[in-house]
Amino acid sequence: MLVIKNLHAKVEGRDILKGLDLTVNAGEVHAIMGPNGSGKSTLAHILAGRSGYTVTEGSVIYEGKDLLAMDPEIRAREGVFLAFQYPVEIAGVNNVYLLKAAYNAIRKHRGEEELDAMDFLSMVKAKMQFMEIDPSFLSRAVNEGFSGGEKKRNEILQMLVLEPRLALLDETDSGLDIDALKVVANGINKLRDPKRAMVMVTHYQRLLDYVEPDFVHVLAGGKVIKSGDRHLAQELEKRGYDWVLAEAAA
Amino acid sequence: MTAMSEVIHPYAENFKALESLKAGHTPAWLPGLRRDAFEHFSSHGFPAAHSEDWKYTPTRSLEKQTFTATPERSAALAASDIRTILLGEMPTQTLVFVDGKHDPALSHIPSATAGLQINTFDKAMESDVAWLRSSLESESNWRADTFTALNTAFLQNGVVIKLNDGVRLETPLQLIFVSTRQEQPSACHPRILLHLGDGAQATLLETWFGLEGAANFTNSYTQISLGENSRLEHLHLQREAAKEFHVSRIAVDQQRNSHYLSHTLNLGGLWVRSDLNSRLQASGAETIFNGLYLVDGRQHVDNHTRIDHLAPDTRSDELYRGIISGHGHAVFNGKVVVAKHAVKTDAAQTNNNLLLSRQGEIDTKPELEIYADDVKCSHGATIGQLDEQALFYLRSRGLGLDEARGLLVGAFALAVLDRIVSPDLRVFARQQLSAVLPQSAVMESA
Repeated sequence: MLVIKNLHAKVEGRDILKGLDLTVNAGEVHAIMGPNGSGKSTLAHILAGRSGYTVTEGSVIYEGKDLLAMDPEIRAREGVFLAFQYPVEIAGVNNVYLLKAAYNAIRKHRGEEELDAMDFLSMVKAKMQFMEIDPSFLSRAVNEGFSGGEKKRNEILQMLVLEPRLALLDETDSGLDIDALKVVANGINKLRDPKRAMVMVTHYQRLLDYVEPDFVHVLAGGKVIKSGDRHLAQELEKRGYDWVLAEAAA
Repeated sequence: MTAMSEVIHPYAENFKALESLKAGHTPAWLPGLRRDAFEHFSSHGFPAAHSEDWKYTPTRSLEKQTFTATPERSAALAASDIRTILLGEMPTQTLVFVDGKHDPALSHIPSATAGLQINTFDKAMESDVAWLRSSLESESNWRADTFTALNTAFLQNGVVIKLNDGVRLETPLQLIFVSTRQEQPSACHPRILLHLGDGAQATLLETWFGLEGAANFTNSYTQISLGENSRLEHLHLQREAAKEFHVSRIAVDQQRNSHYLSHTLNLGGLWVRSDLNSRLQASGAETIFNGLYLVDGRQHVDNHTRIDHLAPDTRSDELYRGIISGHGHAVFNGKVVVAKHAVKTDAAQTNNNLLLSRQGEIDTKPELEIYADDVKCSHGATIGQLDEQALFYLRSRGLGLDEARGLLVGAFALAVLDRIVSPDLRVFARQQLSAVLPQSAVMESA
């Protein structure tokens, strides 16, 4: 589904990614861990198409297509979804409008008909209930005045509604208390599917207790320096990152 | 001086024609007032380029035009021509003017409302002459302002509205001024007089609308007096056609505990100047100015506001927002004057601008003149672009770039419209905004 080869990228002239390789197949859940500043969020942003990053080398192939050549909205319509670490507040645009516009943009791209407004609403309401989000949030401005936890739950709600093929989760567990973490994890697990892949960027192992990854990668200095299964995350939790860094340097 | 007399000449011709009109009910005092005002105009001409109030809004392009005083009336307008600018479906008092002249067929005065007098200027000159005379003669702004002098010199058309003490209107009053396409563009100078008695309450919608191809000059003057404890919500909507010149001045006098809530939406026109002034004459008076201007193409839109805090314990709050694109040029000048005795004044002013093109220009200037101690005054002006993070967020959800931009522009504008209290006016204002900014989806998105 996703093949990243030798990816090099710069931000404001600084090298952040320095030859990153990663292959993600349908049905897999990957966790990308690593110390602060290792390039984890940069990777998520580049995959979603945020501007301000310059890819200097390498390639990203998604479903056989050159992902980096696509505008952000085309990536979204092709099934890529980024759950933001810091969801943006947008005054004056309400949640349900954004959900509907996004949902229909994706359907239109696939050549499908727009969903009837009533059917759409009942579908969204059921998913809000699952995410334990009050129905009043529908008519509120996107993320405006939401608490940190509400913003994260709203991201997962959007993901549940849009049903992406490749979900990128950027530090989705940060700032969540244990109850909110469980709700968010339930949302993510609900979407696990043999046809779908997920890449979770996280600093801590916490989320991985609830969403069990198939693969764990350690990103440091702009590269994947170690890969393993979920036991690697547990080991990192116990021993920190230093031993992996030392191992890689040796 | 030759240049100036050339500019004045067509106006002098028009003035002569007006004087020779054998109008039925011109009261004896009116010609003298007009003549004084015209003499003021002809000796001063249009504002000099170096005058502070007109620094960023030269009148050259207006001076180059020649306007007739008497528009030829081609086919009568049909109700369908103005349907898009009518306030809802509900029955409301509506007066329609076409190129300055009252159109009884399009107007709609459902039935007499106790305590409300709403008349065209000619009607008012037949009935309530004493009040009209004192209201017109006491308004001396024409001695200081060219456009007010012109309006006074050409006093002929307009509306006079009086609300008796304690009368509260349930439905908005609607005044519609339509400008039409003509072989020879014309000028009109409507006057609106509105008085609310003590404790009276009303909502006024003033709509200035140009039909496709119109290229006229409208120079309106609205004078409002608000009695003690009265309350007025006032929406001034300007959607003139793309080649039109529009000057408007609104002057408000406020008595004790009166409340004035103003919304000025400049969404059209080629060359536009809007002046809005409230004078808070007695304690407890409050004025709220909201404004929105969309300036695109080669448009020039200048908003000058002024709030005079003339008594203690008065309050003002102002929010003007502008969206500038293309080669548009916007000007905002917000003056707040706190007189020596006006202690405990509370005045806040904000002007935010979205500058969407390299060629666009915005000149914004807050002006505070504070002569009293113990006051609370704040002001702030910003000029910015669309939030890149918000744009990316929307696009990452599948919305196209144009759609995402439109949504954010609409959301920026909505912050002004959300301050409209009357639900009817708020929906109406959104409809009007969505007509000029279809990408904003403001009818659905907020």
